[in-house]
Amino acid sequence: MSDALKVTRAAPCAMISLKCDLSDPAAVAACAALGLGLPGLRRIAVAGDVAVAWMASDELLFIAPDMAAAMAAIKGAMDGCPHLVVDLSDARARFRVDGPGAREVIAKGAPADLRRTVFAAVQDGEGDFRRTRLGQIAAAFWAPADDAMELICFRSVADHAEAWLRQAARKGSLPGVL
Amino acid sequence: MSHRIATGGRLIDRATTCAFTMDGKPVQGHRGDTLASALMASGRMLLGRSFKYHRPRGVVGAGWEEPNALFQIGKGGRYEPNQRATTVELTDGMVTESQNRWPSLEFDVGQINDKLSRFFPAGFYYKTFIAPRAAWKHVFEPIIRRAAGLGKPPTEADPDQYEHYYHFTDVLVVGGGIAGLTAARAAAETGASVMLVEQSWWWGGRALVDAPVIDGMPATDWIDAQVAALSAMPNVTMRLRCQGSAVHDHGHVLLFERCANEHEAGPMRHRLWRLRVGRIITASGAVERPLSFAGNDLPGVMLASAMRDYLDLWAVAPGNRVLVVANNDDGYRTALALHGAGVTVAAVVDPRPDAKGTLPEAVRAAGISVRAGMAMKKALGGKKVNGAEICPAQGDGAGAEKIACDAIAMSGGWSPIVHLWSHCGGKLNWDDANAMFCPDPARPPLGHDGAGFVATAGTASGHLRTAGALTDAAAAGIACAAALGFDGAMQAPTAQDADEAPMLPIWIMPAGAGSSLRAKAFLDFQNDVKVADVQLAAREGYESVEHAKRYTTLGMATDQGKLSNINGLAILAGSLGAKIPQVGTTTFRPPWTPISFGAITGDACGPLFKPLRRTPMDAWHEAHGAKWEPVGDWRRPYAYPRSGESVKDAVAREILAARAGIGMLDASTLGKIVVSGPDAGKFLDLLYTNMMSNLKPGRCRYGLMCTENGFLFDDGVVVRVSDDEFLCHTTTGGAERVHGWMEEWLQTEWWDLKVFTANVTEQSAQIAVIGPKAREVLQSLGGMDLSGDALSFMGFVDGVLGGIPTRVHRISFSGELSFELAIPANRGREMWDAILKAGAPHGVGPYGTEAMHIMRAEKGFIMIGDETDGTVTPQDLDLHWAVSKKKADFIGKRAQERPDLMRRDRRRLVGLLTLIPSDVLPDGAPAVDGMTADGRTRMIGHVTSSYMSPTLGRSIAMALVDRGMEREGETMTFSVGPDQVMEAVVVSAVFFDPEGEKQNV
Repeated sequence: MSDALKVTRAAPCAMISLKCDLSDPAAVAACAALGLGLPGLRRIAVAGDVAVAWMASDELLFIAPDMAAAMAAIKGAMDGCPHLVVDLSDARARFRVDGPGAREVIAKGAPADLRRTVFAAVQDGEGDFRRTRLGQIAAAFWAPADDAMELICFRSVADHAEAWLRQAARKGSLPGVL
Repeated sequence: MSHRIATGGRLIDRATTCAFTMDGKPVQGHRGDTLASALMASGRMLLGRSFKYHRPRGVVGAGWEEPNALFQIGKGGRYEPNQRATTVELTDGMVTESQNRWPSLEFDVGQINDKLSRFFPAGFYYKTFIAPRAAWKHVFEPIIRRAAGLGKPPTEADPDQYEHYYHFTDVLVVGGGIAGLTAARAAAETGASVMLVEQSWWWGGRALVDAPVIDGMPATDWIDAQVAALSAMPNVTMRLRCQGSAVHDHGHVLLFERCANEHEAGPMRHRLWRLRVGRIITASGAVERPLSFAGNDLPGVMLASAMRDYLDLWAVAPGNRVLVVANNDDGYRTALALHGAGVTVAAVVDPRPDAKGTLPEAVRAAGISVRAGMAMKKALGGKKVNGAEICPAQGDGAGAEKIACDAIAMSGGWSPIVHLWSHCGGKLNWDDANAMFCPDPARPPLGHDGAGFVATAGTASGHLRTAGALTDAAAAGIACAAALGFDGAMQAPTAQDADEAPMLPIWIMPAGAGSSLRAKAFLDFQNDVKVADVQLAAREGYESVEHAKRYTTLGMATDQGKLSNINGLAILAGSLGAKIPQVGTTTFRPPWTPISFGAITGDACGPLFKPLRRTPMDAWHEAHGAKWEPVGDWRRPYAYPRSGESVKDAVAREILAARAGIGMLDASTLGKIVVSGPDAGKFLDLLYTNMMSNLKPGRCRYGLMCTENGFLFDDGVVVRVSDDEFLCHTTTGGAERVHGWMEEWLQTEWWDLKVFTANVTEQSAQIAVIGPKAREVLQSLGGMDLSGDALSFMGFVDGVLGGIPTRVHRISFSGELSFELAIPANRGREMWDAILKAGAPHGVGPYGTEAMHIMRAEKGFIMIGDETDGTVTPQDLDLHWAVSKKKADFIGKRAQERPDLMRRDRRRLVGLLTLIPSDVLPDGAPAVDGMTADGRTRMIGHVTSSYMSPTLGRSIAMALVDRGMEREGETMTFSVGPDQVMEAVVVSAVFFDPEGEKQNV
């Protein structure tokens, strides 16, 4: 089943961290400014190549193709509401695992319940999102499709993450239970 | 002699041949054989030597309980010691070696220990090697260690892959026998997700061999039907070769999986499953107990159930003429199986006064002699059984009669396998009728909600008969699913097997065995613990079962007493005149059987051993020969030695080049935390010892952070970006800790402050460019005015330098004219290359962390972790100027007002110059001053940093000494080795450019 597994390191994109009171209408407005809904607890909202993930009870992570536009939209929406918005595009690396068994690759290192019935792939613009660890490194991930996983980690350990993912995805090494 | 029977053997594929070697000799078996079955089929009964007396030993069991037949398997990196032959799947080309013998298994020098065994009683080592004390370490222990031990450790790296895997399921069923299959089916029918694991490579457990009738069909057919039904259910996951290893709190279970055949190269050797489950059902079955009689350890003496297994599963007969000894009816099944396979049964010896159950009658009907009321006096033979003496069970061995036989099957009753039930505290009841400990369903291991989270099913619950076991298993499956909110009902399978008469607990044969018989009646086969040893321990006062275990080593071998525990407890109880449940059991600790180091390690080896944090310029450093230093989880260049240059010389060159012209440092690892919000200044005033709220936007300030105990724990430069926003730099190793510290205070104490923090350490690359030529080179990149007027010392400015967005800070950790550049991390390497190019005419070069450390020490700047150790205050380091006296409060303020932290004679920072300039004080060298009243050297301080300074051409050091700079001008003595000292004069710690003229230009 793992024959078709593919690990790719994504090209840089804009990643913006927003810290604020998520119950403030401004948080909803910031998401709406990018055409997104406010994601709930451990969820991610996706619209095309733009996404926003729930990182903590006071933190969102926006992913977008264009930094300047996204930053301006968020700042505009947050005007008047106490917040912190920072560009973390360079601080993180992003990977994608494609193919049947993609979930099992992640399950080798993350103590998260990744069963399809539990960890929802993105559907109708929303899916599950988890901040946890992958082996020995911090990581966050979601399932853009049923047989795909996207993962972000810190840039300093990106080489480790890539080597880890490639080893975990090697042929014949998956248990085949998800 | 043991041999392969012409027909049968449901697990072996007779069409295949596996050629392997044992101790270099070629042997053949079939696919489906275990190493043990193949060796026995080839006529080998002597398979190992015992640990202490080196007695000849053969196979006792047919599974995971095996204490004797341990082998070294494989070669080179795939070599593995201490593998049970009874659970090793045979492969073609396998290389196996017996253990614990020298020079050979047949002729073993260590066997002399057996002849001397009366000089090696229980506790022998404790008693003998007490004095002289020094001899233990240098004489006794090395010799004992060499003589003892089982297989040798491997010497080469393991080439195979191991991994962990996280999985979640509602119900986990451990054990794929008929009870496990039933429990899994019952739970799965409710819709709950179920994982069913079996440690062997076949389903069905003992029922395959003992063949009860279930739901009106032969057991094998019923098993096939169950496996097929479960396989078809989408909510069921089934794994063979997957062992329930350990049960931990909160439903955390470790499973140890051997992927396919672990002795053949494959993509994965072992997988450690880390499960979170709602409920655990252990259907782990039971293990048969040996009987204690003299010579019960001879090769050829086996568990009766194991003998049936070898006959039925592998078509191996243990001998031509077998004597069966049993205190229960189940053992008679072995007599029938042997008879059915054409092996002569010499007799069945049964200590019960009469043996009249269905099975004994069937044995009699087969023409086999049943000797009721009799017991074994001793097994006869040298390297294997060649006969037996039997005698009246109640006597002392008198009136013995000799019976010819070449193998002996023994059955002392059964004990449920309660390990997984007990790992998290499940309690046991003693069952008098069957003389066994059983799980007490009223006292299960409790989960977070106070409910039991482990249940048992079938034989593991103590149901030794098929019908009861299946009813119990179905109920367990339904109950566990129901506890998780899954409702359903399943009719328990019906079953018929032969009625059995009560067993008779027998702990020593014959009942009145004298000392010479007891001294050869083994309880723990691997560790050579005999009935007499446990009795001696009791006499010597080791009455607690845990003490007796350690004194005698009963149950402490690699098999952890799976066969010996109950028999040993019974002997101990008998010696103490107590009942077995009063003596209790030793603790059942995970894992159930030893698991491989590879499985524990998982993928954390080789290149993935530990994640290395790399800076954006890491590849350049690597390409330019950096000698690395780990700092936190980062790797940083320590120095860049050129070819033929020593590291020490490289460091000196880097420093001199920087001080004379220009040098550059990759400072990207420095922690960077944004603190933002209307109350950011107020928050930082509370966090740092000095004032931050009055810092002007565009300016930088060095700050200190203390713990609430007043001790310095991190430092760094704080940058005020705007009225509402600060950027706090931390030490390389301190970013995560400081960020966590900030969040803890914000979330738990000062939640009313309007402040947000973000760790942006990895967002920017940071480059320090230092030296008299630094400004000229950076200006040449174009785009920013970095003159002293435009950017003064301790200021910063944002701009575009050489086409790259850059923030330039005028801060100095070296005492030189210094600029720290922060660049978006993705462009860090580009800036690094640009500076190298622009600075080339001025001889620009990188310097490493050691040069940085020396340059800061030359300036007397402290380093967190060198000058601080968690007990040092800012005042101890003469950093009073950085501790605000105006602020009402900051973390550590009140602690610093405690008398002990205000003592004038505390150890405080000084600079040191050795009297001999080329002498470099060792780091940590203690300052000594005469002797204390009780005759020890008095210590009055220690060296915290010490270097050879290339700038000054002499050594420099910093130290924390009693009374600190009050000693200025004093010559102090430092102990640097046995009877070796260095002397140094106390001076100011600012060794270089005390006026600070170089940095402020």
